Amino acid sequence: MSGEHEFDAGSNVGEDRAPGAESAGEERTLGQEVRGYALGLALAVALTAASFWVRGTDLVYGPGLALALLVLAVAQMGIHLIFFLHITTAPDNENNVLALAFGVLIVCLIVFGSLWVMEHLNHNMVPMQELMQMQR
Amino acid sequence: MSTEALRTPPGSSHAGHHSAAPSPATGHGAGGPAPKRIVVGYGFWIFLLSDVIMFSAFFAAYAVLFKNTAGGPTAEQLFDLRNTAAETACLLASTFTCAMASLAVGERNQKWTQISLLATGLLGVAFITLEIREFASLIDRGAGPSRSAFLSSFFTLVGCHGVHVTAGLLWLGTMMAQFYAKGFRRDIRHRFLCFSLFWHALDIIWVGIFSLVYLVGTLPRELLP
Repeated sequence: MSGEHEFDAGSNVGEDRAPGAESAGEERTLGQEVRGYALGLALAVALTAASFWVRGTDLVYGPGLALALLVLAVAQMGIHLIFFLHITTAPDNENNVLALAFGVLIVCLIVFGSLWVMEHLNHNMVPMQELMQMQR
Repeated sequence: MSTEALRTPPGSSHAGHHSAAPSPATGHGAGGPAPKRIVVGYGFWIFLLSDVIMFSAFFAAYAVLFKNTAGGPTAEQLFDLRNTAAETACLLASTFTCAMASLAVGERNQKWTQISLLATGLLGVAFITLEIREFASLIDRGAGPSRSAFLSSFFTLVGCHGVHVTAGLLWLGTMMAQFYAKGFRRDIRHRFLCFSLFWHALDIIWVGIFSLVYLVGTLPRELLP
């Protein structure tokens, strides 16, 4: 990169990338692109199969099952983002990644915040049986 | 996904079919506005993230409510995991054929574009058919959305995803017609970029649904946190 691009030296040199688009810098043949998607599909299938296997097996410590399934789900979402949506850490992907990070933050706040608040509400509530008695 | 803008060397940025002079735009405010393709893709990416946030609220509702069965049937008693596995297979395969369609669009190959989009559509229809059958069987067994808070949140979350897939199928049909009638015009390729983002995002949401609603949801009570 030279000349007209020098005003913006650093991590932001070059054009941005649309989400879902591959990097402009890499020249890849059609065969390589097909193989990339096939690899993504294979990994996604493997993780899906692992999820269903973990659900049915006795080999995993029971109380850890829910956490194991959550980890497998997050891993598979990552595979989809990398192989199908082409979200990477490359500088031309900065805007897309920042938007995604903000989205993930909000999702975590909503899901874990709701669970946390509702757990405490349930804890502080008069049990339903007693409530019915009091209203009688 | 690959279009002409991405096949040219980085120095000549988007000097492909649509713009004569290379633009020094960086997309970070310097050198002028970013090319249309970037703006369209990024705008749709923001929409998808807001859609994901909407789904996260439904996920939170399900997580909070799924033990509240009001004496009715539980997830463990209701869900057939083989049906879920079949739905997952359909959607995963359709995500792959959608990626193949975007490669075919990059190659300007009408025949393979139409074939891969048709495959994507048929797999999507198979998914929706399986889902409707499941819903119908649940309602037949007296486990409709009005039975308990658990079932209300289940039908809202999974039904909302099903509505998205149905809308995606209509969009897919119009994309096939547009590629057929108007060819690989730039604005139509932009629409297709948005469609493929939408379709891949739906599969990501389905990963959350089959893992948390079906697999974790049907775990025996004593194993749940």
